[in-house]
Amino acid sequence: MEKRVVFSKLGLPILLVAPQIVITLVFFIWPASQALYQSLLLEDAFGLKSQFVWLDNFIALFSDPHYLNSFARTVVFSAATAGLSLGVALFLAAMADRVLKGATAYRTLIVWPYAVAPAVAGVLWFFMFNPSIGILAYLLKGLGYDWNHYLDGTDAMMLVILAASWKQVSYNFLFFLAGLQAIPRSLVEAAAIDGARPFKRFWTIVFPLLSPTAFFLLVVNIVYAFFDTFGIVHATTSGGPAQSTTILVYKVFNDGFIGLDLGGSAAQSVVLMAVVITLTVFQFRYIERKVAY
Amino acid sequence: MKPKFLPIAVGATMAVGYAGSALAATEIQWWHAMGGKLGEKVVEIAEGFNASQSDYKVTPVYKGNYTETMTAAIAAFRAKQQPHIVQVFEVGTASMMAAKGAIYPVYQMMADAGEAFDPKDYLASVTGYYTDTDGNMLSMPFNSSTPVLYYNKTAFEKAGIAGPPTTWPEVEAAAKKAQAAGYPCGFTTGWQSWVQIENFSAWHNLSIGTKANGFAGSDTEFVFNSPDHVKHIGQLAEWQKSKVFDYGGRRSESAPKFYGQECVMYMNSSAAYAGVKANAKEFEFGVSALPHWADVGSAPQNTIIGGATLWVLQGHDAEDYKAAAKFFSYLSSAEVQADWHQFTGYLPITTAAYELTASQGFYEKNPGTDVAIQQMTGKAPTENSKGLRFGNFVQIRDIINEELEAIWGGSKSAQEGLDDAVSRGNALLRKFEAATGG
Amino acid sequence: MVENRPWLTVFSHVVLCLGVLVTALPIWIAFVASTHPADSMLSGRTPLLPGGNMLENYATVLGSGVKAAGSIPVGTMLWNSFVMALMIAVGKIAISIIAAYAIVYFRFPLRKTCFWVIFITLMLPVEVRILPTFGVVASLDMLNSYWGLSVPLIASATATFLFRQFFLTVPEELAEAARIDGAGPLKFFRDILLPLSRTNIAALFVILFIFGWNQYLWPLLVTTDEGFYTIVMGIQRMLQAEDAEPAWHEIMATSMLAMLPPVLVVVFMQRLFVKGLIEQEK
Repeated sequence: MEKRVVFSKLGLPILLVAPQIVITLVFFIWPASQALYQSLLLEDAFGLKSQFVWLDNFIALFSDPHYLNSFARTVVFSAATAGLSLGVALFLAAMADRVLKGATAYRTLIVWPYAVAPAVAGVLWFFMFNPSIGILAYLLKGLGYDWNHYLDGTDAMMLVILAASWKQVSYNFLFFLAGLQAIPRSLVEAAAIDGARPFKRFWTIVFPLLSPTAFFLLVVNIVYAFFDTFGIVHATTSGGPAQSTTILVYKVFNDGFIGLDLGGSAAQSVVLMAVVITLTVFQFRYIERKVAY
Repeated sequence: MKPKFLPIAVGATMAVGYAGSALAATEIQWWHAMGGKLGEKVVEIAEGFNASQSDYKVTPVYKGNYTETMTAAIAAFRAKQQPHIVQVFEVGTASMMAAKGAIYPVYQMMADAGEAFDPKDYLASVTGYYTDTDGNMLSMPFNSSTPVLYYNKTAFEKAGIAGPPTTWPEVEAAAKKAQAAGYPCGFTTGWQSWVQIENFSAWHNLSIGTKANGFAGSDTEFVFNSPDHVKHIGQLAEWQKSKVFDYGGRRSESAPKFYGQECVMYMNSSAAYAGVKANAKEFEFGVSALPHWADVGSAPQNTIIGGATLWVLQGHDAEDYKAAAKFFSYLSSAEVQADWHQFTGYLPITTAAYELTASQGFYEKNPGTDVAIQQMTGKAPTENSKGLRFGNFVQIRDIINEELEAIWGGSKSAQEGLDDAVSRGNALLRKFEAATGG
Repeated sequence: MVENRPWLTVFSHVVLCLGVLVTALPIWIAFVASTHPADSMLSGRTPLLPGGNMLENYATVLGSGVKAAGSIPVGTMLWNSFVMALMIAVGKIAISIIAAYAIVYFRFPLRKTCFWVIFITLMLPVEVRILPTFGVVASLDMLNSYWGLSVPLIASATATFLFRQFFLTVPEELAEAARIDGAGPLKFFRDILLPLSRTNIAALFVILFIFGWNQYLWPLLVTTDEGFYTIVMGIQRMLQAEDAEPAWHEIMATSMLAMLPPVLVVVFMQRLFVKGLIEQEK
């Protein structure tokens, strides 16, 4: 996918890309390559002594069951967060698309959590579900469910999924609603005349037309759950109890930033970078194809 | 062109060789982790010092919680932007000690600056934790505390419990009586690894690790999966089921359980005294020594400290270190220390401060505030109760937290959980040994 | 709609109202908490209705600052967040749009390389490369400055990528016509491409402003001068004060203030934001 018509100057384009390239090289490629180098070192926290240990950090990482578990947890967490926030958003968008009257008002009232910082969202949900003082934990106790995310890994996982989904529903809702509103009414009405009931109409006609949006959102949501949820986990569970909510990006932070295990943390960063690059290429190819189409 | 505030620009460039002028006061940075009321007090201390003379100025900077402060200081050191003084919590001690080129031992700095300094003025049970094998003090104790038992006096009376329990079976009996009287839970604990493993061991004169808990060498190994430890943790896990014990978080998140009269007993740092006093509104509370098992080890021995000390970092001018030395002298003076001790509930670090506080009648007016001191100084510390010195202990505490949570949650038995904690902890000890040794 | 199903419509409204309620619940609770004195929260459970300490609490956080966070007035932190968010949004849009323009409309040596250097960075979060990045910023003497807060976060490629996508959809005839008219590349950019990108720029501005406003870990590390602390970082600090109870009433009051500006930006720029967002992603 290239433009046919191009300008044929030499100095100007280089001048135009230069700021971005310089910033990327200085603040991105260079630190990332340092992380790469550090992942091959065994170093004390202050950087006073270091030895080159080849791939020891990676070997240690992949022979550590907790790291492998963290992978599994990240997959569960991402799938659940993406599933929940996409499902709820689609449902709400389908309803908003129906009501015509007030759709914009609903949109305004649903869209704003997008603006809330993950770290703040985490604080809010932590506050509501705090086993000692939280109002929702108290209500659940009244209903006979002893909520304690300090103790119960499932409770903790549910808490981070809820908080992460709450923030993401708004974004998904916007896209679904726009996608729905772009579907020609005549198509749906024709099916209605044929006697197809609303639910069936939705699945056989509307949803297939919506699938590019849904697929795009799926990728965005998974990326969100993988990387942008650090602040939520940090504020709600700190990865506990017993590592049950330690997702990959949190583990990088925890081992490097709190544990000061720089080599191990850098090795994890490298693994994460590989994951990111794979996802990026995947998304890039997908979007590229869509645009070409 | 950079929108900077001037004083900090000066502070930052000082690190890369600020010559200092005869006119301006020498300014040094003190990074600390004291939020809330404690943070206000820290500012007050620095202001007090700045007002007491005109040659030096200490600027306190709040850098978040303990781990954030320590990491920030280390990152700053790697980037040659380190502060002069940084507050590091006790579990970071081994990491700091091993960083020989990065730290400026306090005893040495005091000597180089020609500042009067006698380690004997300080409480041995506090400084022991931060002293090298030759008896030299490496860092300046600042805020030290030890775990104690807080109990709800009002609830105890209602449930007909005679007095604070001194042994674990008495804790259980008291908890059951309280539960019969309508209180949902017996006791909860803050900082579980520190209280229920580290201090449990010291209190019963049991080893946490070989080589005198790491004091005698970094080739130490953990042994806190002994039958005595397993018995204690297994009992707590058993109690978790019937809510005799209820777990409420790794740090001090469980405090509202005690404030809200859900749990009638609460084990946490003596420094929580101010918080308990402020929040225990609807009931009377008392402070007592940690309970012990009569049949385990030689309890009660003595408990060990937690909290933090001030470390001095290398890489600044001699004049700056003079300022730091002067500041440490001011900080250790009996008046400053006694005030800090009485205000916060942290232990006094010098004998003089303790005596001053006693002579002011503070302990009589505030019963229970001396429990911590007695608990720490009741017996001469043994190899097992002097403290602990393990590398990577920040991470290891996290591991202990995780395994304990698995035990409380019932997914592992006490034996399995402690075995796993020991083997995972040992792996990190070996890593630390490899990274810092030779 | 040719059919009329009143029950379904009622059902839709009920579902939407529920959605709105669940969305608003955390904020309501936060607001309620911010209007009570400190001990209402620590003695067991949070209240459900507003209390009488609202003015007092907000006055405290705005005026003298929250003690647990080092007593920096919230006003200062809000201002810092605002400057940082603005610099990130404007900076990123500015460098991205020209870079995307160069990549789409020019052929020059190393074009492909530039392209991949930028795009490889598409989604790598700050958390992953934070310590080495700190080293770079420190060696450039950019700690404790608005530059240090914002420039390293400008280094991601999202915006470049989105502008590139948009430019590719711009009809080729436009550029061709411009060339035939003898307009140079800069004139074409200024007179045609920029006006066409208006909604995209607006949408990106909203997204990037929020992205910048919501940063936590990076400001935490690069600021040691309390005059540069940001609001999101301030909240986390209040939560984790050592050996002290969290002052929930002040934390929640600060959270409300921290949420206000980005939420206002989203709500008021909603139309442009939605339009730009949907157009460029589809």
